[in-house]
Amino acid sequence: MRGHTGYWAFIVHRVSGVLLVLFLPGHFIALGSALEGAAEFDAFLEWTRMPAVKFAEWGIVVLLAAHLAGGLRVLALEFLPWRDWQKTLAALAAAVSLAVGLAFALALVR
Amino acid sequence: MNARRETLLWLAQRASAAVLALCVVVHLATMIYAIQGGLSAAEILGRTRGNVGWLAFYTTFVLAIAVHAPIGLRPVLGEWLGWRGASRDAALSALALVLAALGMRAVLGVFT
Amino acid sequence: MTVLRVNIWRGDAQGAYQRFDVPRHASQTVLDVVTYVQRVLDPTLAYRFACRVGMCGSCAMTVNGVARWTCRTHVDRVAREDRLEIAPLRNLPAVRDLVADMSGFFEKWARAGGSFKGARTRRDNFEPIAPQSPARLQVDAGIECIGCAVCYASCDVVAQNPAYLGPAALNRAWTLVNDARDVAGAERLRAVAGDAGCHSCHTQMGCTQHCPKKLSPTAAIAGLKRATAGAWLSGEL
Repeated sequence: MRGHTGYWAFIVHRVSGVLLVLFLPGHFIALGSALEGAAEFDAFLEWTRMPAVKFAEWGIVVLLAAHLAGGLRVLALEFLPWRDWQKTLAALAAAVSLAVGLAFALALVR
Repeated sequence: MNARRETLLWLAQRASAAVLALCVVVHLATMIYAIQGGLSAAEILGRTRGNVGWLAFYTTFVLAIAVHAPIGLRPVLGEWLGWRGASRDAALSALALVLAALGMRAVLGVFT
Repeated sequence: MTVLRVNIWRGDAQGAYQRFDVPRHASQTVLDVVTYVQRVLDPTLAYRFACRVGMCGSCAMTVNGVARWTCRTHVDRVAREDRLEIAPLRNLPAVRDLVADMSGFFEKWARAGGSFKGARTRRDNFEPIAPQSPARLQVDAGIECIGCAVCYASCDVVAQNPAYLGPAALNRAWTLVNDARDVAGAERLRAVAGDAGCHSCHTQMGCTQHCPKKLSPTAAIAGLKRATAGAWLSGEL
């Protein structure tokens, strides 16, 4: 039912996954430009220095961390012996994603 | 049969998830380290070109993604768009090939 | 004397909430409230109950949006500002007012292989089952289900996938998968795999959160996922 923790864990996991699939082809194509040589790649890297792009990169890292954390929660629920505290794995997952997001933000601005 | 197919997809999804868990942790840590102080093509390609270890790592990463992403999208298409049946599976197989192709192009571009 | 402002669903799929004012007492349950309405205010109100002491599950309804046993729900715990909203269980067709049609729920129970199939007769020896064996502990964790459908009413997947067997049916199937005396084995695993079965569970855990007997269908369904995968790998599925 709407509103309980497990529901939000599911939504975050699903939405982050969909957004990541939409992002990935672009990521692969951009990196593939390196095939054309360092000059092409540098042109692309120049574009990534724009603040809006840096913010989007940070967003994608947070999505990846969130999806990973949510996925680890599912794997724990499906494979580990059952414990009552497993219900709070969702909270743990959120905390870990946040930590990763902060680490990346820090690295971006350094 | 539906039961066999769904079971196999579940297995492939969990197996690729386990592989990706490792790959993503390594990738995120590497990126957080690498982007400090800015990036240039020469810097990146200097470190990656000819590096067989990283080539193997990212090939594994790309192939695991090509398995995991389409299977993950499958219930989303079925539940939120009502798209089921053979056409959905055909489209997702195509997606798997596209991700693998684009991904390997990127891997080869950066590591060879 | 405080008065509870109670909105109760009248009708079936088509209908509306009807407002009743019910005197509030200490130690009052939601079932007490519904009973008062039917006996004193409106005898045409339809609702179900039996034991009224939290053993049978017949009185399960939606109270302020959450599926509960009304005989075990104190008004003090759920009424905010003296308001209550009572409706039939979700995800089941409404017969009339607060009565839901449970036949689909039990039909899915049967479809999930939810009945025991044995091979021994009275002339054979008993099957020795060690109470602390891992398999029996799995059974014990889920065997107390009384089929009240609170989990079924709390499941989002049931709400949008009409074919989904649901947490109760799958929980029961899991207890039988672990029952050493049962011989339906592979046939039951085939019944619970697939779109309509355990693979549609997305671990949102609405079932586990709301089960009045504190069971965990999520754990049982996870077990079915592992069991079907094992059966696929060994060629038995």
